[in-house]
Amino acid sequence: KKKKERSLNRVFFFFFFLLNIFLLFFKLEELHHEIDSTNFCMFLIFLFSSNNSLVSRLLLLLKISQKSALLSRRKREEEDEEEEAKMFRNQYDTDVTTWSPTGRLFQVEYAMEAVKQGSAAIGLRSRSHVVLACVNKAQSELSSHQRKIFKVDDHIGVAIAGLTADGRVLSRYMRSESINHSFTYESPLPVGRLVVHLADKAQVCTQRSWKRPYGVGLLVGGLDESGAHLYYNCPSGNYFEYQAFAIGSRSQAAKTYLERRFESFGDSSREDLIKDAILAVRETLQGETLKSSLCTVSILGVDEPFHFLDQEAIQKVIDTFEKVPEEDEGEGEADEGEAEAAAAAPAEQGGGAGAGDQDVAPMEM
Amino acid sequence: REETSDRERGRGAIGVSEKMTFTIPIENGNGVKNAEADSQRTLYPYVTGTSVVAIKYKDGILMASDMGGSYGSTLRYKNIERMKAIGKHSLLGASGEISDFQEILRYLDELMLNDNMWDDGNSLGPKEVHNYLTRVMYNRRNKFNPLWNTLVLGGVKNGEKYLGMVSMIGVSFEDNHVATGFGNHLARPILRDEWREDLSFEEGVKLLEKCMRVLLYRDRSAINKLQIAKMTEEGVTVSEPYSLKTFWDFKAFTNPTVGAEGSW
Repeated sequence: KKKKERSLNRVFFFFFFLLNIFLLFFKLEELHHEIDSTNFCMFLIFLFSSNNSLVSRLLLLLKISQKSALLSRRKREEEDEEEEAKMFRNQYDTDVTTWSPTGRLFQVEYAMEAVKQGSAAIGLRSRSHVVLACVNKAQSELSSHQRKIFKVDDHIGVAIAGLTADGRVLSRYMRSESINHSFTYESPLPVGRLVVHLADKAQVCTQRSWKRPYGVGLLVGGLDESGAHLYYNCPSGNYFEYQAFAIGSRSQAAKTYLERRFESFGDSSREDLIKDAILAVRETLQGETLKSSLCTVSILGVDEPFHFLDQEAIQKVIDTFEKVPEEDEGEGEADEGEAEAAAAAPAEQGGGAGAGDQDVAPMEM
Repeated sequence: REETSDRERGRGAIGVSEKMTFTIPIENGNGVKNAEADSQRTLYPYVTGTSVVAIKYKDGILMASDMGGSYGSTLRYKNIERMKAIGKHSLLGASGEISDFQEILRYLDELMLNDNMWDDGNSLGPKEVHNYLTRVMYNRRNKFNPLWNTLVLGGVKNGEKYLGMVSMIGVSFEDNHVATGFGNHLARPILRDEWREDLSFEEGVKLLEKCMRVLLYRDRSAINKLQIAKMTEEGVTVSEPYSLKTFWDFKAFTNPTVGAEGSW
């Protein structure tokens, strides 16, 4: 009797096995999706289940098919929803004066996307100094790189990311605000007030049907009665104050680096601040060798008017930390390798500096 | 119909409303309209205050002025405060047309209000207010409609003392001691001789009183009721009005013509 049952079981087992596979493929055809992993797992569980009873196997099969049907249905619904949402997004993003049903202004959000497309700009501050650094991006090897850092006044500088044309226009606005204040009151415009003027100007563009938001994010660093400040103005008309921040493409790497170190920035010396800025720029380059021609660094402080650091100064700072990993590598290798690496390192530095000078277009201040 | 045609003829080169303070008079016999436009400009002052004298001392600024307002040669008003605190850091004293001084106080009130509304830890100090006033005065002068005042602006901010003056034509400068009107001629020579960098409060008050006494004797529009204002890092205090002791029994005053040329 047992033998009979066992053979019968095997037949049924085989039958259901085939049935399951058939159902699976049927579902696949129906839905044109890849094999759902949960479906497959359940199928395997059924296959290798040690319960020999026929009825229990039948029930298990039923449960599996139900669950997989439910899962696939849910997935289909989700995807439909996403498609619908995308459809809705396209419906409400034509102009900036249209709200979406979920209370968002898509044009403004698209403008903030434009900021993420620009090359990276980084700002950090201590109590008395602000450093702004950016990655030099050139259209081609033949052209000079984009100007991304502007002097607004002796005590205010701005780094931009995004549509550089918008950035240029806004920095001209900032310069005229600063000059007007200086003329009327014979004293420097506090950077906190300038940033509010900027933000109000950006907000206007989010509430007029014949305008578009500015597609540029601005890192404004400057002095106030209470010391040094760094602000970020975004196209939405919001502004935030930061201890350190990075914007533009691949800025997340720089932000991670800054998040690790920002607590020490407040009391940093001027030199440490510059070093941290260049290290943050290196993070955004992600693998490219850091040369002084690739980055522009500017600094302003309580006793120091805004100015750019020249190539040699930047290269010197780069040398302090770029040489160390080279030497370590050399020590790890064999003697020949060591000699080679050691010889290669200064040669590369010299070559890099030389090439750097050649790369830099003579347009920079 | 007549009105509109009159107006058209009256405006001429500048096609704006009559409320503008300066219009080029057009020769068209429309005397009445032009006079209205002209009378909007300040031609001469009516109620005036006399001199203000101010010095820097050890802790800040001391400023003195009397409380008189003259209507021409009549000493008509005897309770006019010609010194006012501006914000936390400044003190403004004015001589000249009192109504213009009140107008300036309204401008500064608005300026300070907007400054406070920022609420951001930054505030306008005496240097900023002084420059703002210079711009205002010079601007009005350029429109041929001056504010008929000479202003003295003093203050202390972050330990730094500031004392400056602006005239009605926009001349402005800073100094250790300033005076307006007759004070320039009578008080400043005294201050040039006797002012020192580190005067104490009492010494400063005595020096100012000496100047005010000379002005009281010699300036016909001065009255014997003065106030002294003190400006330090802590704030402004304007004293109660008081009088100076005067002595009129000089022999020369009792019998002024004795020994004069041609007398007997």
